[in-house]
Amino acid sequence: MSARRVGTILAAVLVLGGGVAIGLYVALFLEASPPPVQAAIVGPHQAALELQTVAEVGHGENPNWVSYYSRTPGHKWVHSTILRVPAHALIHVTVYQYDSATGLRNPLWGQPRGLVGNVMFVNGVPVKVLKPELASHTFAIPELGVSVPLPGVSEEAKNPCSYAPCTLAEAHNTITFTFRTGDPGKYRWQCFVPCAAGFIFGFGGPMQSIGYMDGELEVQGS
Amino acid sequence: MSSDDRLKPPPELRRIFWIWLVLSVIAVPLVVIFVGPALPPGSASDAAHGQQQDNTVMVAIVVPIMIGLLLYFIGSLIRFRSKDEVDGLTDGPATAGDPRVMVLWISVTFVIVLFLAAWGAYELFPGEDGAGGGLGSAPISVALPADASSALPVQVIGQQWTWTYRYPTYGGLETTELVLPVNQEVRFSVTSIDVIHSFWAINLAVKADAVPGTTNVAFVKPVREEASTIRCAELCGLWHGHMTSRLRVVSPAAFRVWIAHERAKWAPIQRYLPPYKPTYAPEPTYRG
Repeated sequence: MSARRVGTILAAVLVLGGGVAIGLYVALFLEASPPPVQAAIVGPHQAALELQTVAEVGHGENPNWVSYYSRTPGHKWVHSTILRVPAHALIHVTVYQYDSATGLRNPLWGQPRGLVGNVMFVNGVPVKVLKPELASHTFAIPELGVSVPLPGVSEEAKNPCSYAPCTLAEAHNTITFTFRTGDPGKYRWQCFVPCAAGFIFGFGGPMQSIGYMDGELEVQGS
Repeated sequence: MSSDDRLKPPPELRRIFWIWLVLSVIAVPLVVIFVGPALPPGSASDAAHGQQQDNTVMVAIVVPIMIGLLLYFIGSLIRFRSKDEVDGLTDGPATAGDPRVMVLWISVTFVIVLFLAAWGAYELFPGEDGAGGGLGSAPISVALPADASSALPVQVIGQQWTWTYRYPTYGGLETTELVLPVNQEVRFSVTSIDVIHSFWAINLAVKADAVPGTTNVAFVKPVREEASTIRCAELCGLWHGHMTSRLRVVSPAAFRVWIAHERAKWAPIQRYLPPYKPTYAPEPTYRG
């Protein structure tokens, strides 16, 4: 085999290999997402989700980023915002809110909506509107019309949570609410509070990242 | 073949011209009558109807050009097809400039370009009912539609990643859905509270940039009751592709009912909303 032919074959293999490597990199990048968390089934057409918001993750690639955490039916807190819930069902949500208040940029989101009874419960007390400056985050699924402001814990709290996952022994507010899912599909959910400390107007980093302050609600048929 | 014969245009050219003329005479009216009404953005508003007419004019101009290109392409394939492999590898006849041809194509393209420039300038200028595009924060008086003074003001607020709407003539009511009365001139004041978005009411043919710290005014008059989708037309972050909102154009009576319903629905938060201002820059912003 001539040197020229060997060179041609080598070049072809390199180009092909490079192409496959680039393709794999792109595919893996697009496929990379946090593990989905299944809602616990608590009755016919009813499921329950448990979430927590933390001021800082405390570990991983972005230890100082604010984030949501989700709890599996096995009661394990995982760093994921991909939530799986049944279609045409009531979803009972409990959010343990450990972060302090940032304030809403748009006060409109201070009113819970898209919920059963359009009411949320903060530490067991029904709330129909939250003063915008008291909000720390929101849990919002715009395509389902769901928006829930989450009141922050006091800056003077004696035992604030320093890193995730936080425990019930640390200062927190417990917010509960119920919404109804519709047809199967993927719905994005997000926080509407500009809560990304260190970014311009608080809108970068965790506010732009699935797994932190953005997620997907995977509504699945039976 | 003599050298004089080589310089003559192929005899098929005359035939192509006549075929082109016949096809164009048939195709252009058909396109205007049947394709035009189906062209985007439709006719749900005065601006949309105007844009649809513009698109129809441009398609009507493009159709004869497209037919001419296709015919010439097909004619060339037939005329210059090589029956002999050896001949196929030889050069074709030499080409030479022809002043008449040059004058013809320069004149035709000049007329087309000049016409489109004049037509575009005329159509871009806001007409009686507005052009649908953003006119800046303080539109000059000649750019205003005839009934601008009686237009329904609606503030459009872009935010990552949704739209909300304020109705200053209804107590500064803010909603998550855009509802407009039919046959009523509307004055949109488009702004943003974070990054640059673009308010795109596709069916109404309104597209106006939403820039934080300023307002962008756009006029439109919806002329048909229908529901459609509003999108963001400026890449604005993670959920840009999901930044949609619902638009409904309803009768004036239904609009009043909707306003009453929304005022009751959003009553709890109303006292916390800031007073209406053309530019919406609410606090706090300290976190960032």
